Amino acid sequence: MEFGLTDDQKMMQDSVNRTLERVSPLERVRKAAGHEPYAPDVLKVLVELGAPGILIPEEFGGLGLTLLDAALASETLGRHVAPVPFVASSVMAPLALIGAGSDAQKARYLPRLAAGEAIAGVAVSEQSSGAREKAGISAKAGKLSGKAMFVLDFGGADIFIVADKFGGLHLVDAKSKGLEKTPLNTIDATRAIGELNFDAVEAEALSSGNPAATLDRMIDAGRIMFAADALGAGGRMIEKAVAYAKERKQFGRVIGSFQAVKHMCAEMIAELEPCRSLIWYAAYAFDEFPDQSRRMAAHAKAHTSDVGTFVARTATEVHGGMGFTDLLGLHYWFKRIGFDRQALGGPEKVRHDAAVAQGWVGN
Amino acid sequence: MDLSYSPEYEVFREEVRAFARTFGSRAPRGTMDGTREWQKLLIEHGYAARTIPREYGGFGAEPDVLKSRIIAEEFIAAGLPMGMAGQGISMLVPTLLELGTEEQKKKFIKPTLLGEIIWCQGYSEPGSGSDLASLTTRAVEDGDDFVINGQKIWTSTAAQADMIFCLVRTEPNAPKHEGISYLLFSMKTPGIEVRPLVTMTGRAEFNEVFFTDVRVPKKDIVGQRGQGWFVANATLKHERRMLGDPNQAGTRMRALIELMQNEEIDGHRLMDNPVFRDRLLKLQARVHATEYHGLRLLTAGLKGEDPGVARLIVKLMGCELNHQLAAFAIDALGELGMLYSGSPHLRNNGNWQSSYMFDLGLIIGGGTAQIQKNIISERGLGMPREPKAAKA
Repeated sequence: MEFGLTDDQKMMQDSVNRTLERVSPLERVRKAAGHEPYAPDVLKVLVELGAPGILIPEEFGGLGLTLLDAALASETLGRHVAPVPFVASSVMAPLALIGAGSDAQKARYLPRLAAGEAIAGVAVSEQSSGAREKAGISAKAGKLSGKAMFVLDFGGADIFIVADKFGGLHLVDAKSKGLEKTPLNTIDATRAIGELNFDAVEAEALSSGNPAATLDRMIDAGRIMFAADALGAGGRMIEKAVAYAKERKQFGRVIGSFQAVKHMCAEMIAELEPCRSLIWYAAYAFDEFPDQSRRMAAHAKAHTSDVGTFVARTATEVHGGMGFTDLLGLHYWFKRIGFDRQALGGPEKVRHDAAVAQGWVGN
Repeated sequence: MDLSYSPEYEVFREEVRAFARTFGSRAPRGTMDGTREWQKLLIEHGYAARTIPREYGGFGAEPDVLKSRIIAEEFIAAGLPMGMAGQGISMLVPTLLELGTEEQKKKFIKPTLLGEIIWCQGYSEPGSGSDLASLTTRAVEDGDDFVINGQKIWTSTAAQADMIFCLVRTEPNAPKHEGISYLLFSMKTPGIEVRPLVTMTGRAEFNEVFFTDVRVPKKDIVGQRGQGWFVANATLKHERRMLGDPNQAGTRMRALIELMQNEEIDGHRLMDNPVFRDRLLKLQARVHATEYHGLRLLTAGLKGEDPGVARLIVKLMGCELNHQLAAFAIDALGELGMLYSGSPHLRNNGNWQSSYMFDLGLIIGGGTAQIQKNIISERGLGMPREPKAAKA
């Protein structure tokens, strides 16, 4: 009975953290944000650490680790608002291939994803969050038609994993004929998402194993990753707020000595630390207790989103007017948390999924 | 991460289950004698006073938080009451073990464990709440005795207590933290008056205790004269641990789910109302987070790691969550939720309202939420203390 990280996990997280401190400081994030689909130099260093292959079995060139390991990586990426693909390309797409790909598909794609030679976008928003603007994909005789919105890790993607209206999974080459790609600008310029329009586009079906169950697993894993990302971003915002409050002077004393300010910081950390415990459990349950996975992923996502939103605005307020400026760059974390909250389903939607998973209400 | 128990612990769990099957019928039914008999039985089997040395009346096992957890889990599962847990057992005994003389340990620990001495705690005063160290109840030396004058407040179980562990000012000229002593004395001593303190729940969960020329033996001091503040802090550490009980939140959540599934409005289950359901789900996430946070602290303790700020938030968050759970139950019940005190149609014996109010007392007591936030920000985040106000 041990509820905590192993020494290996702590070392791995520490090493990713120190690497990102070096290669992805705020100046690098600024350069990438909104200008590049992702920062290739940062991704290259993460590939050296094995991050894209974190869940991919060793026989396909990955590290073959657990979802908790992936959550620790995701937390660290959020901590540094790293402008690189991860949740879709390194977590959801590998899970799609592992769960529903044929042996040939696994052998063809997993090594490339693990080596960072290919980036995979994932189009499941209509399934995870509900369809907006009548989006949805129909599959007919190996060809896809329709619209998929809010495609994750869209920028620079070489392939896309696409869910159709009935939960079937398909793999599409990004250069396919009839595929129209439109980037979508979000508040979070560190992530490049987009929209795909399909006009009878050739697709490979991912139809081995159990595609419907695999889609659920992809969504659960993605939700845990976004929760972990918000945990990392929120934790960093608290550190920044505390550091600022210890330096900034008004009325002849540091503002961190005013209880009004101290209590804001205490409330932030008191709310955020239990999220860490919840996310660890959700990630562990994903591998060990799959019957709890849907509920725990939903709770981790919804609760961390709510706490993250509170931390993002409170940490900004502790910084006063400076927090509101572009100069300080705090807004990159604020916006990252805003993205994490909506992607793959906002709090109300995922809580509803948790209710359905417990049989409290029909779908 | 590994949430399974090793074979040693599974064997232990079986032992506890076997005990529950064999002795469950002897569980007390509300009488004090029955409770004492049960306590004795539990100590003999190592399910109460587990880590207290045998020479002082305990079971004498090595500390093992996992076994303690298994005992609690299995007792809850079997619907059996745990051992006695008054302030004497949970706060005074650990303090005596840490700082008492050999004579005090021999004299007080065993009868306390067996429920033969019931204790109350004399800390807070009307003028000394959060600023406890400013307390003014005086103890003046006179021969072999101290003579005590003053008043305590928020003294639970004072009416039933045989003894009190009490903070008094013995060195009025010393700085406030260095002038306090920690005394043990009988509540039957002449000059002690106990008045029940009725709270907003309508019950007297607390008392006021008045001391008028109360003469008590000097030898029953714990620690040195003037060191009482530091002795008390050893005890408060045990109290804060007691106040943040995550099991309670889990129990309340189960009751809330049942309520949502069984209560109806206009013939529809409350669970089918999406607004109520969303509130329930928000709370369920918090209950889970609190539960796993407890496991994380447990593991840190087992490994001898300091969990830092993660530990300091427990009292604040635990009390708040319990309060919110009760608040939600009342809202879900609506007009039924405001019924109280033996009314027809009353749900859950009125306990949701009662808890909602009493929890507010717990949020304030044992270090207010605001004091907790000071502790979290100062000790956990390294933020500076509020500068002292200049003397007028």
